[in-house]
Amino acid sequence: MKAEKKTKIVKTIRIDVDNCNGCRACEVICSAVHATPKYSSNNPSRSRIRILRDPLRDIYVPVLAGEYTVAECAGRDKYIIDGKEYDECSFCRASCPSREEFKEPDSGLPLKCDMCEGEEDGPMCVKWCLVDALIYEEREEEVDEAESQEELEIGLDALANKFGMQMMMDTVARMSNKG
Amino acid sequence: MRYAETGFNLEIDLTRGNIEKVATDPRETELYLGGLGTNAKLLWDRVSPEADAFSPENLLIFGAGLLCGTPATGCNRTILTTISPQTKLMVFSMMGGFWAPELKYAGYDKVVLRGKSSDLVYIWINNDKVEIRDASHLKGKGAVETAEIIQKELKQPKAQVAAIGMAGENRVYYASIEQGRSSASRGGVGAVMGDKGVKAIVVRGTQDINVAEPAEYLGLCSEVLEYIKYREDHPIPGVMPILAGLGSPQEMKVHDEKWHTENFMWGNSRTRRRDFWTDEIAKDWTETMENSRKRLISCYNCPMKCGATITMPGMPTYMMKCFSKLTYTMAAFSDLNFGLHIAQKATEYGVDAFSTPQVMAFALELLENGILTDADFPGMPEDSEGRFYWLLDKIVRREGIGDILADGTYWAAQRIGQGADVYAHNNIKKTEQLPLKLSMLNPIYFLMYATGEKMNITQIEGQFPQAPFPKLEHREKFVEDWIQVPDDKFKQYFLDWEPRGENSMPFYPTVAMCCDIVDWQEQMHYIDDALGMCAGLSSFPLKPPYHIHNYPKFITSGAGIDMDEEKLTQAAKRYRTLVRAINIRRGMRRSDEKPPEDHWKKRFPELEEQLLDGYYKLKGWNNDGIPTKETLHELGLDYVGDDFVARGILTDNENASAEKS
Repeated sequence: MKAEKKTKIVKTIRIDVDNCNGCRACEVICSAVHATPKYSSNNPSRSRIRILRDPLRDIYVPVLAGEYTVAECAGRDKYIIDGKEYDECSFCRASCPSREEFKEPDSGLPLKCDMCEGEEDGPMCVKWCLVDALIYEEREEEVDEAESQEELEIGLDALANKFGMQMMMDTVARMSNKG
Repeated sequence: MRYAETGFNLEIDLTRGNIEKVATDPRETELYLGGLGTNAKLLWDRVSPEADAFSPENLLIFGAGLLCGTPATGCNRTILTTISPQTKLMVFSMMGGFWAPELKYAGYDKVVLRGKSSDLVYIWINNDKVEIRDASHLKGKGAVETAEIIQKELKQPKAQVAAIGMAGENRVYYASIEQGRSSASRGGVGAVMGDKGVKAIVVRGTQDINVAEPAEYLGLCSEVLEYIKYREDHPIPGVMPILAGLGSPQEMKVHDEKWHTENFMWGNSRTRRRDFWTDEIAKDWTETMENSRKRLISCYNCPMKCGATITMPGMPTYMMKCFSKLTYTMAAFSDLNFGLHIAQKATEYGVDAFSTPQVMAFALELLENGILTDADFPGMPEDSEGRFYWLLDKIVRREGIGDILADGTYWAAQRIGQGADVYAHNNIKKTEQLPLKLSMLNPIYFLMYATGEKMNITQIEGQFPQAPFPKLEHREKFVEDWIQVPDDKFKQYFLDWEPRGENSMPFYPTVAMCCDIVDWQEQMHYIDDALGMCAGLSSFPLKPPYHIHNYPKFITSGAGIDMDEEKLTQAAKRYRTLVRAINIRRGMRRSDEKPPEDHWKKRFPELEEQLLDGYYKLKGWNNDGIPTKETLHELGLDYVGDDFVARGILTDNENASAEKS
């Protein structure tokens, strides 16, 4: 199959930890914008961005909530950067059993950053960060559609080998009927 | 539903170990707003004028401002209210940082401490769960150190800790309460906390704070952010750099200290060093700051970077703010390197950076002049820096001469006698002031110094320029976008104000104008102190983002209290008058309202009397500074009037018993 090039827009927040002043305005506005009705309340514990801060060790890392994960990592690493020791979790975006970050305080359900989808001005944490620790950037990326096609074929091949072609096709048919 | 506030106070009786969550009356919020206003009401209702600072009856109130915890930028202040051991009056010292919003998220507007614990304890507030815990292992620990230990033992790195150091434990009259990068330092609030046996209050909250009209409120917040950006890009021309922008004076950022070092006094507020700031010193001090400053930092939800993390070689890291950068340096005739070093110790001990250096310089002056002798300072080093470290240690431990000095210059002078009071020369209402000695009387500042009940000039000045601009065109330019004025007459006052000639100080601004100007400036501070807004974004700098025209909207859409400028002005006047009433009931009178005699060289006794007369009249106080029955009635404070009559402070038929004399 011929590889087809496609472009997609990747939304990025560039996080400059050196500029962060630790004020947590990002947490305030994030929790307000996601409140129902919008702006009706705020509570940094519901925020989808957190500043992992340890002022006396000069550690300030704004982290945006990523995917939920059922299990914590088997081991933990430490990063030493410019003489400052960071826990691996300092850079991790997961809502994870190992920590309280990125969970609704009442229900414990995971929180995930949606880049303020639908907000005219883009992510509100960026707008409220006047010290330029958070900068919004969009970039275009070319992706190779064919690659994923190939991957799919390899995967199906493996399933056909394991379960037989007929069984696999029956299953696909049943799944699509449900769909 | 309550908006902006939680509607609950946490009442803790330390004698009995009792903890109660108490619902508050929303009508009180309408009358007194919150923060300072409702603190003052509690103090009036519950602490008798006979109770002294260290009586179990005295309250120590940690009040979060009405709008703390909402998205309003810079609204993060805790207002500490108690009876001061130093002044014997009501004190309301404030701290920014992160504590007040955390308390709101935990579900409380205030923590009210009463009674005394026999053992050293700390209080752990985790949402609805509140505990009094043993703190014997924290005895003698530094304030910053204490916060770290507690966060670790509770496994709560996000908990906010307000703690005292050794000075508070030993009831030093100018002990502070330290909290991260902030502190409540004035008036000895830390001493009262220590007297109550409380080492720290630790808070963690994960609940919502609601606002009444969400879209309107966020719109107002966004306007403030836009205006902050505008002001950052448009510093005010013609004033010194620290007055040109917003925030507290940006002491951690600015290297050029020519103005402070050459205009403020050194030693025990005595010596002016006019040619101090040389290129060599500028280079040396800049290097010191650059090498020790790790980062400029902020309080909760605020883009202004008024503080800094400081790491001096071989010493633990601490966080510094504002003018503590220079107070120790200048009192000891030393350099910035010394100042940043000793401030680390002072922060851990938890002492006020205005009073402490002055007390030490005062002691050394007494030694130089033979009122104290070498026998009073056994083992004190010879060099100035060494002496300051030695004295600081003695004071916070209340050892030897330190026990006397720990009461501040006023009380120390009383105890020492032999004319020592002449050296305690820089006090107002028994509290050490900024080391400023000037030439010509400034009538506006005279009134602020004399009548302020916050004991600190920085907590009453602001809004109106400190000095006239030399050229009319600059003045015209300045008033062009001066939207903050409550009335256009203030623009005219400023336009006509000249450095020399007929319209210059001390007789211009006129008495009536000065009264208006001071009333406006004070009013803005009092509003901030009820809402929990940092003065650095509001009442302190010129042309701030918050002012009398947008504040009513913030209160209406935030707290759901129908507010307009008139109603807000009246509310601020109500609790300002109540603060005065508390102090009047404790014996404060006109005779206490005077700046240090040597504050200005050129004094005008007659004019000063006229200024006080005029201001008292404008405020609705009688000639002795006592709010009249009529004023109290207008403000809905009849209960104060009745109390005054019952105590013979006012008489039924006249305005004041004191007026007869």
